[in-house]
Amino acid sequence: MAKYLLLKHYRGAPDAVNNVPMDQWTPGEIADHMQYMGDFASRLEGTGEYVDGQALSPEGTFVRYDGEGRPPVTDGPFAETKDLIAGWMVIDVDTYERALTLAGELSAAPGAGGKPIHEWLELRPFLTAPPTVTE
Amino acid sequence: MDEPLLRQLTPAVIGVLVHRGVDFATAEDAVQEALIQAALTWPDRRPADPKGWLVTVAWRKFLDAHRSEASRRDREQRAEAEPPPGPAEAADDTLQLFFLCAHPSLTPASAVALTLRAVGGLTTRQIAQAYLVPEATMAQRISRAKRTVGAVRFEEPGDLATVLRVLYLVFNEGYTGDVDLAAEAIRLTRELASMTEDEETAGLLALMLLHHARRPARTRRDGSLVPLNEQDRSRWNTRLIAEGVEILQTALGRDRLGEFQAQAAIAALHADAPRAEETDWVQIVDWYDELLRLTGSPVVQLNRAVAIGEADGAGAGLAALATVDPGLPRHSAASAYLHEKAGDLPTAARLYAEAARSAPNLAERDHLTRQAARINHAPRG
Repeated sequence: MAKYLLLKHYRGAPDAVNNVPMDQWTPGEIADHMQYMGDFASRLEGTGEYVDGQALSPEGTFVRYDGEGRPPVTDGPFAETKDLIAGWMVIDVDTYERALTLAGELSAAPGAGGKPIHEWLELRPFLTAPPTVTE
Repeated sequence: MDEPLLRQLTPAVIGVLVHRGVDFATAEDAVQEALIQAALTWPDRRPADPKGWLVTVAWRKFLDAHRSEASRRDREQRAEAEPPPGPAEAADDTLQLFFLCAHPSLTPASAVALTLRAVGGLTTRQIAQAYLVPEATMAQRISRAKRTVGAVRFEEPGDLATVLRVLYLVFNEGYTGDVDLAAEAIRLTRELASMTEDEETAGLLALMLLHHARRPARTRRDGSLVPLNEQDRSRWNTRLIAEGVEILQTALGRDRLGEFQAQAAIAALHADAPRAEETDWVQIVDWYDELLRLTGSPVVQLNRAVAIGEADGAGAGLAALATVDPGLPRHSAASAYLHEKAGDLPTAARLYAEAARSAPNLAERDHLTRQAARINHAPRG
Protein backbone atom coordinates (compact mmCIF):
# COMPACT_ATOMS: atom_id res chain seq x y z
CA MET A 1 0.00 0.00 0.00
CA ALA A 2 2.02 2.89 -1.27
CA LYS A 3 1.01 6.29 -2.50
CA TYR A 4 2.02 7.64 -5.89
CA LEU A 5 1.54 10.97 -7.60
CA LEU A 6 0.53 11.02 -11.27
CA LEU A 7 1.40 14.36 -12.82
CA LYS A 8 -0.09 15.72 -16.01
CA HIS A 9 1.86 18.49 -17.79
CA TYR A 10 0.71 21.41 -19.91
CA ARG A 11 4.33 21.69 -21.01
CA GLY A 12 7.61 20.02 -20.19
CA ALA A 13 6.75 16.38 -20.66
CA PRO A 14 8.01 14.61 -23.77
CA ASP A 15 5.57 14.92 -26.69
CA ALA A 16 2.49 12.77 -26.54
CA VAL A 17 1.82 10.44 -29.47
CA ASN A 18 -1.50 12.09 -30.33
CA ASN A 19 -0.18 15.55 -29.69
CA VAL A 20 -2.87 18.02 -30.80
CA PRO A 21 -3.44 21.01 -28.47
CA MET A 22 -6.80 20.90 -26.73
CA ASP A 23 -8.06 24.14 -28.24
CA GLN A 24 -8.06 22.39 -31.62
CA TRP A 25 -10.28 19.51 -30.55
CA THR A 26 -14.02 19.55 -31.07
CA PRO A 27 -16.17 20.44 -28.03
CA GLY A 28 -17.43 16.86 -28.07
CA GLU A 29 -13.89 15.54 -27.93
CA ILE A 30 -13.15 17.80 -24.96
CA ALA A 31 -16.27 16.55 -23.18
CA ASP A 32 -15.28 12.94 -23.85
CA HIS A 33 -11.85 13.62 -22.45
CA MET A 34 -13.29 15.09 -19.23
CA GLN A 35 -15.72 12.19 -18.98
CA TYR A 36 -12.85 9.71 -19.26
CA MET A 37 -10.93 11.46 -16.48
CA GLY A 38 -14.01 11.51 -14.25
CA ASP A 39 -14.80 7.85 -14.96
CA PHE A 40 -11.22 6.90 -14.18
CA ALA A 41 -11.38 8.62 -10.78
CA SER A 42 -14.73 6.98 -9.99
CA ARG A 43 -13.40 3.59 -10.93
CA LEU A 44 -10.43 4.06 -8.61
CA GLU A 45 -12.74 5.08 -5.81
CA GLY A 46 -14.51 1.79 -6.39
CA THR A 47 -11.28 -0.18 -6.20
CA GLY A 48 -10.24 1.63 -3.01
CA GLU A 49 -7.19 3.19 -4.67
CA TYR A 50 -8.19 6.84 -5.13
CA VAL A 51 -6.78 9.46 -2.79
CA ASP A 52 -6.97 12.83 -4.52
CA GLY A 53 -7.13 14.61 -7.86
CA GLN A 54 -6.82 18.25 -8.78
CA ALA A 55 -6.58 20.36 -11.88
CA LEU A 56 -4.34 23.42 -11.95
CA SER A 57 -4.78 26.66 -13.77
CA PRO A 58 -1.96 27.34 -16.27
CA GLU A 59 -1.65 30.79 -14.68
CA GLY A 60 0.71 31.37 -11.81
CA THR A 61 3.96 32.96 -10.75
CA PHE A 62 7.29 32.33 -9.06
CA VAL A 63 7.58 33.92 -5.61
CA ARG A 64 10.52 34.60 -3.35
CA TYR A 65 11.34 36.33 -0.09
CA ASP A 66 12.89 39.75 -0.69
CA GLY A 67 14.32 40.60 2.72
CA GLU A 68 13.09 41.80 6.06
CA GLY A 69 10.24 44.26 5.96
CA ARG A 70 9.93 43.93 2.16
CA PRO A 71 7.02 42.29 0.37
CA PRO A 72 7.71 39.05 -1.49
CA VAL A 73 8.86 39.42 -5.07
CA THR A 74 7.00 37.73 -7.89
CA ASP A 75 8.28 36.67 -11.28
CA GLY A 76 5.52 35.90 -13.73
CA PRO A 77 3.86 35.01 -15.96
CA PHE A 78 5.70 31.76 -16.61
CA ALA A 79 8.12 31.59 -19.51
CA GLU A 80 6.91 29.66 -22.54
CA THR A 81 9.69 27.15 -21.99
CA LYS A 82 8.81 26.41 -18.38
CA ASP A 83 7.79 22.91 -17.37
CA LEU A 84 4.13 23.42 -16.35
CA ILE A 85 2.00 21.00 -14.33
CA ALA A 86 -1.65 20.74 -15.44
CA GLY A 87 -2.91 18.66 -12.56
CA TRP A 88 -2.39 15.57 -10.49
CA MET A 89 -3.92 12.41 -9.17
CA VAL A 90 -2.82 10.63 -5.98
CA ILE A 91 -3.33 6.87 -5.83
CA ASP A 92 -2.74 4.31 -3.07
CA VAL A 93 -1.83 0.94 -4.57
CA ASP A 94 -0.38 -2.41 -3.59
CA THR A 95 2.51 -2.53 -6.06
CA TYR A 96 4.63 -0.35 -8.31
CA GLU A 97 3.38 -2.43 -11.24
CA ARG A 98 -0.19 -1.44 -10.39
CA ALA A 99 0.85 2.23 -10.36
CA LEU A 100 2.35 1.77 -13.84
CA THR A 101 -0.80 0.05 -15.08
CA LEU A 102 -3.03 2.84 -13.81
CA ALA A 103 -0.76 5.54 -15.23
CA GLY A 104 -0.92 3.76 -18.56
CA GLU A 105 -4.71 3.75 -18.45
CA LEU A 106 -4.89 7.44 -17.56
CA SER A 107 -2.48 8.16 -20.38
CA ALA A 108 -4.97 6.57 -22.80
CA ALA A 109 -7.52 9.37 -22.25
CA PRO A 110 -9.01 10.35 -25.62
CA GLY A 111 -7.97 13.54 -27.41
CA ALA A 112 -8.20 14.77 -30.97
CA GLY A 113 -10.22 12.52 -33.23
CA GLY A 114 -11.40 10.60 -30.18
CA LYS A 115 -8.11 8.69 -30.22
CA PRO A 116 -5.96 8.02 -27.11
CA ILE A 117 -3.48 10.80 -26.45
CA HIS A 118 -0.72 8.46 -25.18
CA GLU A 119 0.26 11.37 -23.01
CA TRP A 120 3.48 11.07 -20.98
CA LEU A 121 2.52 11.19 -17.30
CA GLU A 122 5.02 11.69 -14.55
CA LEU A 123 4.87 9.02 -11.84
CA ARG A 124 6.38 9.91 -8.45
CA PRO A 125 6.40 7.80 -5.28
CA PHE A 126 5.49 9.50 -2.00
CA LEU A 127 8.03 9.52 0.79
CA THR A 128 6.49 7.40 3.54
CA ALA A 129 6.18 7.58 7.28
CA PRO A 130 9.16 5.99 9.00
CA PRO A 131 8.74 2.34 10.06
CA THR A 132 8.66 1.56 13.77
CA VAL A 133 11.02 -1.42 13.58
CA THR A 134 14.39 -0.33 12.24
CA GLU A 135 16.91 -2.94 13.36
CA MET B 1 -15.97 7.47 26.31
CA ASP B 2 -16.72 3.81 25.89
CA GLU B 3 -14.76 3.48 22.71
CA PRO B 4 -12.31 0.88 24.05
CA LEU B 5 -15.23 -1.24 25.26
CA LEU B 6 -17.05 -0.95 21.94
CA ARG B 7 -13.95 -2.01 20.07
CA GLN B 8 -13.34 -4.90 22.41
CA LEU B 9 -16.89 -6.23 21.99
CA THR B 10 -16.99 -5.91 18.20
CA PRO B 11 -15.65 -9.31 17.15
CA ALA B 12 -17.78 -11.19 19.68
CA VAL B 13 -20.95 -9.48 18.49
CA ILE B 14 -20.11 -10.28 14.87
CA GLY B 15 -19.63 -13.89 15.99
CA VAL B 16 -23.10 -14.04 17.53
CA LEU B 17 -24.75 -12.88 14.31
CA VAL B 18 -22.69 -15.27 12.22
CA HIS B 19 -23.85 -18.15 14.40
CA ARG B 20 -27.44 -17.06 13.79
CA GLY B 21 -26.85 -17.64 10.11
CA VAL B 22 -25.89 -14.17 8.91
CA ASP B 23 -23.03 -14.10 6.41
CA PHE B 24 -19.90 -12.37 7.63
CA ALA B 25 -20.09 -9.32 5.33
CA THR B 26 -23.70 -8.55 6.29
CA ALA B 27 -23.05 -9.21 9.97
CA GLU B 28 -20.08 -6.87 9.94
CA ASP B 29 -22.12 -4.09 8.33
CA ALA B 30 -24.92 -4.53 10.88
CA VAL B 31 -22.46 -4.41 13.77
CA GLN B 32 -20.81 -1.29 12.35
CA GLU B 33 -24.19 0.43 12.33
CA ALA B 34 -24.82 -0.67 15.91
CA LEU B 35 -21.40 0.74 16.90
CA ILE B 36 -22.26 4.08 15.31
CA GLN B 37 -25.54 4.17 17.19
CA ALA B 38 -23.80 3.23 20.44
CA ALA B 39 -21.34 6.09 19.98
CA LEU B 40 -24.32 8.44 19.75
CA THR B 41 -26.52 7.14 22.58
CA TRP B 42 -24.21 5.58 25.18
CA PRO B 43 -22.69 8.84 26.42
CA ASP B 44 -26.17 9.82 27.67
CA ARG B 45 -27.34 6.39 28.79
CA ARG B 46 -24.97 3.49 29.03
CA PRO B 47 -26.76 0.11 28.93
CA ALA B 48 -26.35 -2.29 31.84
CA ASP B 49 -25.47 -5.09 29.42
CA PRO B 50 -23.35 -3.44 26.69
CA LYS B 51 -22.76 -6.63 24.75
CA GLY B 52 -26.44 -7.63 24.85
CA TRP B 53 -27.37 -4.14 23.69
CA LEU B 54 -25.00 -4.36 20.71
CA VAL B 55 -26.28 -7.81 19.76
CA THR B 56 -29.91 -6.67 19.95
CA VAL B 57 -29.33 -3.51 17.95
CA ALA B 58 -27.13 -5.18 15.33
CA TRP B 59 -29.67 -7.98 14.95
CA ARG B 60 -32.47 -5.45 14.53
CA LYS B 61 -30.48 -3.55 11.91
CA PHE B 62 -29.93 -6.80 10.08
CA LEU B 63 -33.62 -7.74 10.17
CA ASP B 64 -34.64 -4.27 9.01
CA ALA B 65 -32.42 -4.62 6.00
CA HIS B 66 -33.70 -8.07 5.10
CA ARG B 67 -37.40 -7.72 5.28
CA SER B 68 -38.70 -10.96 3.77
CA GLU B 69 -41.42 -12.08 6.17
CA ALA B 70 -40.92 -15.83 5.99
CA SER B 71 -37.20 -15.72 6.47
CA ARG B 72 -37.70 -13.10 9.19
CA ARG B 73 -39.81 -15.52 11.23
CA ASP B 74 -37.21 -18.22 10.59
CA ARG B 75 -34.44 -16.00 11.84
CA GLU B 76 -36.29 -14.82 14.90
CA GLN B 77 -36.94 -18.40 15.87
CA ARG B 78 -33.34 -19.26 15.26
CA ALA B 79 -32.26 -16.28 17.39
CA GLU B 80 -34.41 -17.44 20.28
CA ALA B 81 -33.19 -21.03 20.03
CA GLU B 82 -29.53 -19.94 19.98
CA PRO B 83 -28.02 -20.18 23.47
CA PRO B 84 -26.08 -17.12 24.62
CA PRO B 85 -22.42 -17.71 23.84
CA GLY B 86 -20.03 -18.22 26.75
CA PRO B 87 -16.59 -16.62 26.92
CA ALA B 88 -14.85 -19.61 25.34
CA GLU B 89 -17.09 -19.47 22.31
CA ALA B 90 -16.64 -15.74 22.02
CA ALA B 91 -12.87 -16.28 22.02
CA ASP B 92 -13.17 -18.94 19.32
CA ASP B 93 -15.25 -16.58 17.21
CA THR B 94 -12.69 -13.83 17.59
CA LEU B 95 -9.92 -16.20 16.56
CA GLN B 96 -11.91 -17.22 13.48
CA LEU B 97 -12.40 -13.57 12.65
CA PHE B 98 -8.67 -12.99 12.88
CA PHE B 99 -8.12 -15.81 10.40
CA LEU B 100 -10.87 -14.62 8.08
CA CYS B 101 -9.61 -11.04 7.98
CA ALA B 102 -6.06 -12.21 7.27
CA HIS B 103 -7.11 -14.74 4.64
CA PRO B 104 -4.35 -15.35 2.04
CA SER B 105 -6.68 -14.28 -0.78
CA LEU B 106 -6.54 -10.70 0.54
CA THR B 107 -3.85 -8.18 -0.32
CA PRO B 108 -1.94 -6.85 2.70
CA ALA B 109 -3.73 -3.49 2.47
CA SER B 110 -7.15 -5.17 2.39
CA ALA B 111 -6.30 -7.53 5.24
CA VAL B 112 -5.13 -4.62 7.38
CA ALA B 113 -8.30 -2.63 6.70
CA LEU B 114 -10.62 -5.57 7.32
CA THR B 115 -8.83 -6.66 10.48
CA LEU B 116 -8.98 -3.16 11.93
CA ARG B 117 -12.68 -2.98 11.12
CA ALA B 118 -14.01 -6.38 12.11
CA VAL B 119 -11.56 -7.38 14.84
CA GLY B 120 -10.38 -3.95 15.94
CA GLY B 121 -13.82 -2.35 15.89
CA LEU B 122 -12.46 0.84 14.34
CA THR B 123 -14.78 2.87 12.15
CA THR B 124 -14.13 3.32 8.46
CA ARG B 125 -13.36 6.96 9.08
CA GLN B 126 -10.77 6.14 11.71
CA ILE B 127 -9.05 3.63 9.46
CA ALA B 128 -9.18 6.03 6.50
CA GLN B 129 -7.61 8.75 8.57
CA ALA B 130 -4.92 6.44 9.89
CA TYR B 131 -3.87 5.57 6.34
CA LEU B 132 -4.44 9.01 4.87
CA VAL B 133 -7.02 8.06 2.27
CA PRO B 134 -10.56 9.46 1.81
CA GLU B 135 -13.28 7.72 3.76
CA ALA B 136 -15.12 6.67 0.59
CA THR B 137 -11.99 5.00 -0.72
CA MET B 138 -11.45 3.05 2.50
CA ALA B 139 -15.13 2.05 2.57
CA GLN B 140 -14.76 0.58 -0.90
CA ARG B 141 -11.54 -1.15 0.03
CA ILE B 142 -13.30 -2.83 2.96
CA SER B 143 -16.35 -3.79 0.87
CA ARG B 144 -14.14 -5.37 -1.74
CA ALA B 145 -12.19 -7.21 0.94
CA LYS B 146 -15.42 -8.63 2.33
CA ARG B 147 -16.46 -9.74 -1.15
CA THR B 148 -13.07 -11.40 -1.63
CA VAL B 149 -13.55 -13.56 1.46
CA GLY B 150 -17.28 -13.98 0.83
CA ALA B 151 -16.91 -17.65 -0.06
CA VAL B 152 -14.65 -18.50 2.87
CA ARG B 153 -16.42 -20.53 5.56
CA PHE B 154 -16.40 -18.79 8.94
CA GLU B 155 -15.15 -21.95 10.64
CA GLU B 156 -12.39 -22.56 8.09
CA PRO B 157 -9.13 -23.19 9.96
CA GLY B 158 -6.53 -20.54 9.28
CA ASP B 159 -2.81 -20.02 9.50
CA LEU B 160 -1.63 -17.89 12.40
CA ALA B 161 1.36 -16.73 10.36
CA THR B 162 -0.96 -14.77 8.05
CA VAL B 163 -2.53 -13.01 11.04
CA LEU B 164 0.86 -12.19 12.56
CA ARG B 165 2.01 -10.62 9.28
CA VAL B 166 -1.05 -8.37 9.24
CA LEU B 167 -0.61 -7.31 12.86
CA TYR B 168 3.09 -6.63 12.28
CA LEU B 169 2.16 -4.39 9.35
CA VAL B 170 -0.29 -2.43 11.49
CA PHE B 171 2.36 -1.98 14.18
CA ASN B 172 5.10 -0.91 11.82
CA GLU B 173 2.99 1.86 10.29
CA GLY B 174 3.01 3.45 13.74
CA TYR B 175 1.07 6.39 15.02
CA THR B 176 -0.69 8.45 12.42
CA GLY B 177 -3.25 10.73 14.04
CA ASP B 178 -6.30 10.12 16.22
CA VAL B 179 -5.88 6.38 16.27
CA ASP B 180 -2.57 5.12 17.61
CA LEU B 181 -1.94 2.21 15.25
CA ALA B 182 0.97 0.86 17.24
CA ALA B 183 -1.15 0.70 20.38
CA GLU B 184 -3.99 -0.89 18.42
CA ALA B 185 -1.63 -3.54 17.03
CA ILE B 186 -0.47 -4.32 20.55
CA ARG B 187 -4.04 -4.59 21.83
CA LEU B 188 -5.00 -7.00 19.03
CA THR B 189 -1.82 -9.04 19.42
CA ARG B 190 -2.44 -9.33 23.17
CA GLU B 191 -5.89 -10.61 22.41
CA LEU B 192 -4.56 -13.11 19.91
CA ALA B 193 -1.84 -14.24 22.32
CA SER B 194 -4.49 -14.89 24.99
CA MET B 195 -6.22 -17.32 22.64
CA THR B 196 -3.24 -19.39 21.52
CA GLU B 197 -0.12 -21.09 22.86
CA ASP B 198 1.78 -20.22 19.69
CA GLU B 199 5.35 -19.08 20.40
CA GLU B 200 5.63 -16.77 17.40
CA THR B 201 2.51 -14.92 18.54
CA ALA B 202 4.18 -14.39 21.90
CA GLY B 203 7.35 -13.41 20.06
CA LEU B 204 5.50 -10.80 18.03
CA LEU B 205 3.87 -9.37 21.15
CA ALA B 206 7.25 -9.17 22.88
CA LEU B 207 8.75 -7.48 19.80
CA MET B 208 5.99 -4.88 19.75
CA LEU B 209 6.24 -4.16 23.48
CA LEU B 210 10.02 -3.79 23.33
CA HIS B 211 9.84 -1.35 20.43
CA HIS B 212 6.88 0.53 21.87
CA ALA B 213 8.85 0.96 25.09
CA ARG B 214 11.38 3.10 23.23
CA ARG B 215 8.86 5.38 21.59
CA PRO B 216 9.10 8.24 24.11
CA ALA B 217 12.79 8.55 23.18
CA ARG B 218 12.43 8.03 19.45
CA THR B 219 11.36 11.48 18.32
CA ARG B 220 12.47 14.94 19.34
CA ARG B 221 9.92 17.64 19.98
CA ASP B 222 10.40 18.93 16.44
CA GLY B 223 9.40 15.53 15.07
CA SER B 224 12.88 14.50 13.93
CA LEU B 225 14.00 10.92 14.53
CA VAL B 226 16.57 10.04 17.20
CA PRO B 227 18.65 7.01 16.19
CA LEU B 228 18.99 4.18 18.70
CA ASN B 229 22.54 4.99 19.73
CA GLU B 230 21.58 8.58 20.61
CA GLN B 231 18.29 7.94 22.43
CA ASP B 232 17.82 9.09 26.00
CA ARG B 233 17.30 5.68 27.56
CA SER B 234 15.88 7.14 30.76
CA ARG B 235 12.77 7.80 28.72
CA TRP B 236 12.28 4.16 27.80
CA ASN B 237 9.23 2.51 29.40
CA THR B 238 10.78 -0.02 31.77
CA ARG B 239 7.45 -1.66 32.55
CA LEU B 240 6.86 -2.54 28.89
CA ILE B 241 10.43 -3.76 28.58
CA ALA B 242 10.05 -6.04 31.60
CA GLU B 243 6.80 -7.42 30.25
CA GLY B 244 8.27 -7.95 26.78
CA VAL B 245 11.30 -9.74 28.15
CA GLU B 246 9.17 -12.01 30.31
CA ILE B 247 6.89 -12.96 27.43
CA LEU B 248 9.90 -13.59 25.20
CA GLN B 249 11.73 -15.74 27.73
CA THR B 250 8.66 -17.93 28.24
CA ALA B 251 8.33 -18.40 24.47
CA LEU B 252 12.03 -19.11 23.95
CA GLY B 253 11.87 -21.67 26.73
CA ARG B 254 9.60 -23.81 24.60
CA ASP B 255 12.36 -24.15 22.01
CA ARG B 256 10.31 -23.43 18.92
CA LEU B 257 12.25 -20.50 17.57
CA GLY B 258 10.79 -18.31 14.83
CA GLU B 259 11.61 -14.98 13.22
CA PHE B 260 9.52 -12.81 15.54
CA GLN B 261 11.13 -14.36 18.62
CA ALA B 262 14.58 -13.78 17.10
CA GLN B 263 13.73 -10.15 16.29
CA ALA B 264 12.40 -9.72 19.82
CA ALA B 265 15.60 -11.17 21.26
CA ILE B 266 17.62 -8.52 19.42
CA ALA B 267 15.28 -5.80 20.66
CA ALA B 268 15.59 -7.20 24.20
CA LEU B 269 19.38 -7.02 24.06
CA HIS B 270 19.18 -3.36 23.08
CA ALA B 271 16.65 -2.74 25.84
CA ASP B 272 18.98 -4.41 28.31
CA ALA B 273 21.81 -1.93 27.79
CA PRO B 274 21.64 1.10 30.12
CA ARG B 275 23.82 2.99 27.65
CA ALA B 276 24.42 2.39 23.95
CA GLU B 277 28.09 1.72 24.71
CA GLU B 278 27.12 -1.25 26.90
CA THR B 279 25.16 -3.05 24.19
CA ASP B 280 26.00 -6.75 23.90
CA TRP B 281 26.70 -6.67 20.18
CA VAL B 282 28.30 -10.11 20.14
CA GLN B 283 25.05 -11.72 21.26
CA ILE B 284 23.13 -9.53 18.85
CA VAL B 285 25.24 -10.84 15.99
CA ASP B 286 24.42 -14.40 17.12
CA TRP B 287 20.73 -13.58 16.96
CA TYR B 288 21.11 -12.03 13.52
CA ASP B 289 22.74 -15.29 12.45
CA GLU B 290 19.63 -17.13 13.69
CA LEU B 291 17.34 -14.64 11.99
CA LEU B 292 19.24 -15.02 8.74
CA ARG B 293 18.99 -18.79 8.98
CA LEU B 294 15.23 -18.50 9.53
CA THR B 295 14.45 -15.93 6.85
CA GLY B 296 17.33 -15.62 4.38
CA SER B 297 16.33 -11.97 4.19
CA PRO B 298 18.75 -9.49 2.56
CA VAL B 299 17.55 -6.79 4.98
CA VAL B 300 18.62 -9.01 7.85
CA GLN B 301 22.00 -9.47 6.13
CA LEU B 302 22.36 -5.71 6.04
CA ASN B 303 21.48 -5.17 9.67
CA ARG B 304 23.74 -8.05 10.62
CA ALA B 305 26.67 -6.39 8.84
CA VAL B 306 26.17 -3.24 10.91
CA ALA B 307 26.02 -5.35 14.09
CA ILE B 308 29.27 -7.09 13.10
CA GLY B 309 30.77 -3.66 12.65
CA GLU B 310 29.89 -2.91 16.27
CA ALA B 311 31.01 -6.27 17.64
CA ASP B 312 34.19 -6.88 15.63
CA GLY B 313 35.16 -3.46 14.28
CA ALA B 314 34.38 -1.42 11.20
CA GLY B 315 36.62 -3.50 8.93
CA ALA B 316 34.71 -6.68 9.71
CA GLY B 317 31.44 -4.83 9.26
CA LEU B 318 32.44 -3.53 5.85
CA ALA B 319 33.61 -7.00 4.83
CA ALA B 320 30.20 -8.40 5.79
CA LEU B 321 28.47 -5.54 3.99
CA ALA B 322 30.39 -6.36 0.81
CA THR B 323 28.37 -9.57 0.49
CA VAL B 324 25.06 -7.71 0.67
CA ASP B 325 23.19 -6.59 -2.46
CA PRO B 326 24.25 -2.93 -2.94
CA GLY B 327 20.86 -2.11 -4.45
CA LEU B 328 19.12 -2.70 -1.12
CA PRO B 329 17.44 0.32 0.50
CA ARG B 330 19.61 1.70 3.33
CA HIS B 331 22.75 0.04 1.97
CA SER B 332 24.42 3.41 1.47
CA ALA B 333 23.38 4.50 4.96
CA ALA B 334 24.91 1.40 6.51
CA SER B 335 28.05 1.80 4.42
CA ALA B 336 28.33 5.46 5.41
CA TYR B 337 28.05 4.59 9.08
CA LEU B 338 30.72 1.90 8.86
CA HIS B 339 33.07 4.06 6.81
CA GLU B 340 32.85 6.81 9.39
CA LYS B 341 33.54 4.26 12.09
CA ALA B 342 36.57 3.13 10.09
CA GLY B 343 37.83 6.71 9.98
CA ASP B 344 37.24 7.28 6.24
CA LEU B 345 35.36 10.56 6.60
CA PRO B 346 35.23 11.77 2.97
CA THR B 347 33.70 8.48 1.82
CA ALA B 348 31.29 8.52 4.76
CA ALA B 349 30.10 12.03 3.95
CA ARG B 350 29.62 11.15 0.29
CA LEU B 351 27.70 7.98 1.15
CA TYR B 352 25.49 9.78 3.68
CA ALA B 353 24.54 12.32 0.99
CA GLU B 354 23.85 9.51 -1.46
CA ALA B 355 21.77 7.67 1.13
CA ALA B 356 19.77 10.84 1.79
CA ARG B 357 18.89 11.10 -1.88
CA SER B 358 17.41 7.61 -1.95
CA ALA B 359 15.88 7.65 1.53
CA PRO B 360 12.29 6.36 1.47
CA ASN B 361 10.98 8.73 4.13
CA LEU B 362 11.54 12.29 5.20
CA ALA B 363 12.70 11.49 8.72
CA GLU B 364 15.52 9.29 7.44
CA ARG B 365 16.40 11.72 4.69
CA ASP B 366 16.72 14.54 7.18
CA HIS B 367 18.79 12.42 9.53
CA LEU B 368 21.16 11.30 6.77
CA THR B 369 21.52 14.81 5.39
CA ARG B 370 22.46 16.04 8.84
CA GLN B 371 25.07 13.29 9.20
CA ALA B 372 26.66 14.35 5.91
CA ALA B 373 26.58 17.98 7.00
CA ARG B 374 28.06 17.10 10.38
CA ILE B 375 31.06 15.41 8.79
CA ASN B 376 31.50 18.09 6.16
CA HIS B 377 31.57 20.83 8.78
CA ALA B 378 33.56 19.05 11.49
CA PRO B 379 36.66 21.00 12.54
CA ARG B 380 39.71 19.35 11.00
CA GLY B 381 42.16 18.42 13.71
